[in-house]
Amino acid sequence: MDHIKITPDVINPEQLIDLVKRSSAGAINVFIGTVRNATKEKSVKQLEFEAYEPMALKEMEKIANQAASQWPVEAVAIHHRVGKLAIGDIPVVIAVATPHRLQGFEACQYIIDTLKQTVPIWKKEIFEDGEEWVAAHP
Amino acid sequence: MITVKLFGITREIVGEPVLTLDDIPTSVGQLIISLKETYPKMGQLNSLLVAVNNEYAPNDQSIHENDEIAVIPPVSGG
Repeated sequence: MDHIKITPDVINPEQLIDLVKRSSAGAINVFIGTVRNATKEKSVKQLEFEAYEPMALKEMEKIANQAASQWPVEAVAIHHRVGKLAIGDIPVVIAVATPHRLQGFEACQYIIDTLKQTVPIWKKEIFEDGEEWVAAHP
Repeated sequence: MITVKLFGITREIVGEPVLTLDDIPTSVGQLIISLKETYPKMGQLNSLLVAVNNEYAPNDQSIHENDEIAVIPPVSGG
């Protein structure tokens, strides 16, 4: 299984933990994104995620490499899901293994923060009375 | 002729996942200008970037016949 992956299937965080486990790592940090039930007080029914896959994979690799150049990362895995997701579903999981925990916390935060800025993946919120592409308009 | 892949809201604005342009725009900047002229709603977005061969491209980058071009509206992954 690949470390950097885009998939329509349910993501299992345990699989990413297994991917990054190293005996040289004293910490594994895992970020799990979950679909929230509301945005700006409006109730969300479901989310739809779409990706420009080849470029998204490339950008995710770049982020993993950047993290490894800034922190002593032993291993990273990033899996992002696409398709229709319900409240509580998991669109993204990131796992980072580092020798010590502070590096892991920082690297993991860096990866998700940067992913949200640069990776060509888009989410649309579906409400009772309409739908909206997140962040598309001011 | 070039094809331009459309994603997210830009796909909905155009109504197709791909646009075919008979005239190749000289640059990324030119492409963006002409897209906004043809589809004014694209000008209302928070941002509109272009990727050439899976890399974000600056406005002054030129476009060639076999380039893979994609329009990148504001991203919202994660």
